[in-house]
Amino acid sequence: MSGKIRLIDENGLRVDGRKPNELRPIKIEVGVLSNADGSAYIEQGKSKILAAVYGPREVHPRHLALPDRALLRCRYHMAPFSVEERKSPAPSRREIELSKVIREALEPAIFLEKFPRTSIDVFIEVLQADGGTRCAGTTVAALALADAGIPMRDLVVACAAGKVDGVLVLDLNDLEDKEGEADLPIAYMPNLDMISLLQMDGQLTIEEFEQALNLAIEGCKQIYKLQKEALKAKYLAIKEEVETCLQ
Amino acid sequence: MFYFENRQIVTPGELLADGNYVAGNNTYKVGSKIYATRLGLVEYEGKNVQVVALNTVYIPSPGDQVIGKIEDVNINGWTIDINSPYKAVLRANEALSKPFKQQKDDLTSFLDVGDLILAKVIAFDRTIDPILTIREPGLGKITQGQIVKVSPAKIPRIIGRKASMINMLKKETECKITVGQNGIILISGPSPENERLAILAIEKIAQEAHTSGLTDRIAEMIRREKGVKL
Repeated sequence: MSGKIRLIDENGLRVDGRKPNELRPIKIEVGVLSNADGSAYIEQGKSKILAAVYGPREVHPRHLALPDRALLRCRYHMAPFSVEERKSPAPSRREIELSKVIREALEPAIFLEKFPRTSIDVFIEVLQADGGTRCAGTTVAALALADAGIPMRDLVVACAAGKVDGVLVLDLNDLEDKEGEADLPIAYMPNLDMISLLQMDGQLTIEEFEQALNLAIEGCKQIYKLQKEALKAKYLAIKEEVETCLQ
Repeated sequence: MFYFENRQIVTPGELLADGNYVAGNNTYKVGSKIYATRLGLVEYEGKNVQVVALNTVYIPSPGDQVIGKIEDVNINGWTIDINSPYKAVLRANEALSKPFKQQKDDLTSFLDVGDLILAKVIAFDRTIDPILTIREPGLGKITQGQIVKVSPAKIPRIIGRKASMINMLKKETECKITVGQNGIILISGPSPENERLAILAIEKIAQEAHTSGLTDRIAEMIRREKGVKL
């Protein structure tokens, strides 16, 4: 960690002009792919991620099928052009790990036992990465699952908090993640008040950890509102159109 | 206590009701609280709270009429794609009128890969794949008509309350419309123009399934289209 880059300026603002507890601008769209059973797209700051869900469908290869519940498979993948330096399209160690943690973050929200002997496949494609892609990826995957009509206990929403230049901040971007002191991504189910992913990188005191966790949960709740709006938007648009036609 | 108005759109996890209510379709109950499990329209009817889903997969249920496609021919039956996560089985003795003899009968001469059939589900549960039958009047191989595919969630809307929508469609378009519970619909009419009209109407219903006053609007649309074309 170099001390040369100033991540918090004299006014207490961050490198992209945000306040410490401010999220990046978020744009969400649901149902963007016609061939997938469910899909969603998110832009969170400069991070752009597309998610597609297929299933419940037959499991291939057959021997992976579970007799009592659906098999949830998840692939987090970064496009070669998503970062500054071309990334090899082969799944890296990091992508394999993120696929696993995102799968485990989504699993408790889904009623997998309703579809025994089937699989639900989630594909998360990072088109442009600027930090916080595991969180945005989880958020958008939950929307794609809901769009596919898969029964869920709650939507999963994820957000990171962290510490840069000694200040606790919400929703870190790539620079803050790399140069900052700590990063704490969480995935959260707001109605159940349960955390399904919690990772930490860097160092925080116990007090800082608790503050950062609460900050991240607050961030999740804000994103959750946008998630719900985006899910309903697709259908409300049709409804409004019909109603204006009638008048 | 109810947290929404009737027929409002809800998302998974939203709290629908709290108190002495019964959790209906697409909801779950924790203590006295009822939550939605799917994106859909909430309906409160007396003590019952349910969500009418906007998108679902087809889960077979005994008694359902479905339209399927022959995917494979086996030694003593067929494997059929019924637009569901589970592949259906049609046994030879559920298709042939005479007893089936493996040495003599060639199953491909009866139904071959790619053929469409109208069938009925006779058995399905969590442990076995759905079993179909075509040994009932009206069932069997489909020889003519056009196929439309919609989300299985929209099927009740296409049929309508007391079959009002489907009867209207049949009357207005003069087509024979066979609805599979699995979201596949067969249309055969006196002319391609009538069939086109029926398909247009069905696609519009699927698109606007969550709006009210749909039957009247569809009827109006068909009449308008007929006025232009016929």
